[in-house]
Amino acid sequence: MKNNKIKILTWPYLFWAVAFIVIPLLMIFYYGLTDRSGAFTFENIAAIATAEHAKALWLSLGLSLIATVICLLLGYPLASILAHLNSKTNVILFIFILPMWMNFLLRTLAWQTLLEKTGVINTILSLIGLPTINIINTGGAIVLGMVYNFLPFMVLPLYNSITKIDDDVINAARDLGADRFQTFMRVILPLTVPGIISGITMVFVPSLTSFVISTILGGSKILLIGNVIEEQFTHTGNWQLGSGLSIVLMLFIIINMICSAIFDKDSEGGVL
Amino acid sequence: MNNKLIDLQHITKSFDGDLVLDDLDLYIRENEFLTLLGPSGCGKTTTLRIIGGFTTPDKGCVLFNGEDITNLPPNKRQLNTVFQKYALFTHMTIEDNIAFGLKIKGKTDKYIKDKIDYALNLVNLKGYGKRMPDSLSGGQQQRIAIARAIVNEPKVLLLDEPLGALDLKLRQDMQYELIRLKKDLGITFIYVTHDQEEALTMSDTIVVMNQGYIQQIGSPEDIYNEPENAFVADFIGDSNIIDAVFIHDELVSILGANFPCVDTGFGNNKPVDVVIRPEDVVLTVPEKGIITGKVTDLIFKGVHYEMSVMACGFEWLVHSTTMFPVGAEVGINVDPFNIQIMNKPASEDEEAISIEE
Repeated sequence: MKNNKIKILTWPYLFWAVAFIVIPLLMIFYYGLTDRSGAFTFENIAAIATAEHAKALWLSLGLSLIATVICLLLGYPLASILAHLNSKTNVILFIFILPMWMNFLLRTLAWQTLLEKTGVINTILSLIGLPTINIINTGGAIVLGMVYNFLPFMVLPLYNSITKIDDDVINAARDLGADRFQTFMRVILPLTVPGIISGITMVFVPSLTSFVISTILGGSKILLIGNVIEEQFTHTGNWQLGSGLSIVLMLFIIINMICSAIFDKDSEGGVL
Repeated sequence: MNNKLIDLQHITKSFDGDLVLDDLDLYIRENEFLTLLGPSGCGKTTTLRIIGGFTTPDKGCVLFNGEDITNLPPNKRQLNTVFQKYALFTHMTIEDNIAFGLKIKGKTDKYIKDKIDYALNLVNLKGYGKRMPDSLSGGQQQRIAIARAIVNEPKVLLLDEPLGALDLKLRQDMQYELIRLKKDLGITFIYVTHDQEEALTMSDTIVVMNQGYIQQIGSPEDIYNEPENAFVADFIGDSNIIDAVFIHDELVSILGANFPCVDTGFGNNKPVDVVIRPEDVVLTVPEKGIITGKVTDLIFKGVHYEMSVMACGFEWLVHSTTMFPVGAEVGINVDPFNIQIMNKPASEDEEAISIEE
């Protein structure tokens, strides 16, 4: 009786999942694996091999990877500092998350204004007589945009996993003769692997699929795979090709997830 | 046995303006089992953390074998700690946990392996080496924490309420285990607890602390039989602490009746506190007692009966193997040796007085 009631409660979620997750996914697969006349084909998926698409994919993977590494390198020290401040000073964490309350598009547009050839940064640089920088419409600007937008997604899981470590565990390592560096390498780092992995996933996946950042900060010069897919749906109207490329992208995301799962298991098994 | 291995001098420490330790002096001799005993917030854990190097005192210094180690980081000190919540490395096997300190010191694989076997044997957990800490019970984890500390052959083992999280039966077993370990290893133990029974069972020396001051230092017998003030008497075991007047040497007036005692030198007609342990109150027929009262409560405790006796306006706690039913009129006698006289604190503030040695 009680069990049935719980089952009834799950129905709305089930409906939601089917209507907005399963059916769209099936439709992507349907479009991706058929041509315009509805006949089965692998052409849309094979299209990734064309020079233009392959280049966009490798560039996306490369830039996302760089952005993820930068986020990890910036995010880890930041998360440790935040974790060791007492609750009063956690205002800093709040301030850090504050930009996330603003619209994503707005934040990225703000960077465009800052980085433009005659933008805010260059204006200031030339005012004080320094050479201007030419970063807008380059891969560098896209990475900057990715890091700025997705850094909080790296910091939060790291912050959580660092705060979970009992102070006495760190004291125990010191007590047993480990200096600060050894304590970090042998105790703190391995214990925060779950946080590192979820941080990497949370930054890498949106970076890989993003098309807004590259559109705004990369101009029309740099096409990422996200831009190519978007184009197929909005401008060209070739849903079949767009779906096919999406399936390829999904494959890379699934590979990332599998890697995470393996690493996570390893850390539990004490290999690290 | 007589040289001071660790010497704390004039240690003062406050956290956020709260004074936790005030000008504390304490030394620990080699091969001693010393227990810091007191209620929570008395400064016992802070004292231990200062010895371990996890907390730096505001004032004062810590000497180890005559050498100042006040500002030495924990990894450079010749002592190891067993933490209250075990603090095992959950990402490592039991073996790797025990080997942690030895690997840092760069010992050979053979040496490390022998040490792991030796330590697991010592704590009766042979064959657990390959398991993960999470798969062990609390008592087992605590024994691994002890093994992890002792393989480093520390001069001193610091134990911060190591049995606090265990259930009663296991705690008693572990107490005997610790005493055995102490004998086998022949090293100095500094033990922190709020459990007076634990302190009495295991220690060579007990340091009773309250509000950042040392109340009394002595052997378990001294502390139990001759508490120096009402705090110690109250904290160590059950006791009847009664207002009294010290008439003259060897005579004290308790609740208006004169009791012979053995203490001298408290002056004449001076207000004092007396401590009488519940097992030292002798119940008899009313005619034979110095004072008389009425039994108001009776509980069977196994070894003895616990009774409350209302006499002269004071509720006496009595432990006795002879039972008197509730409502019975009884007489109360106390052997002169079992009356412990203590000076009253001069003021409320002096409740926690620092004992000068």
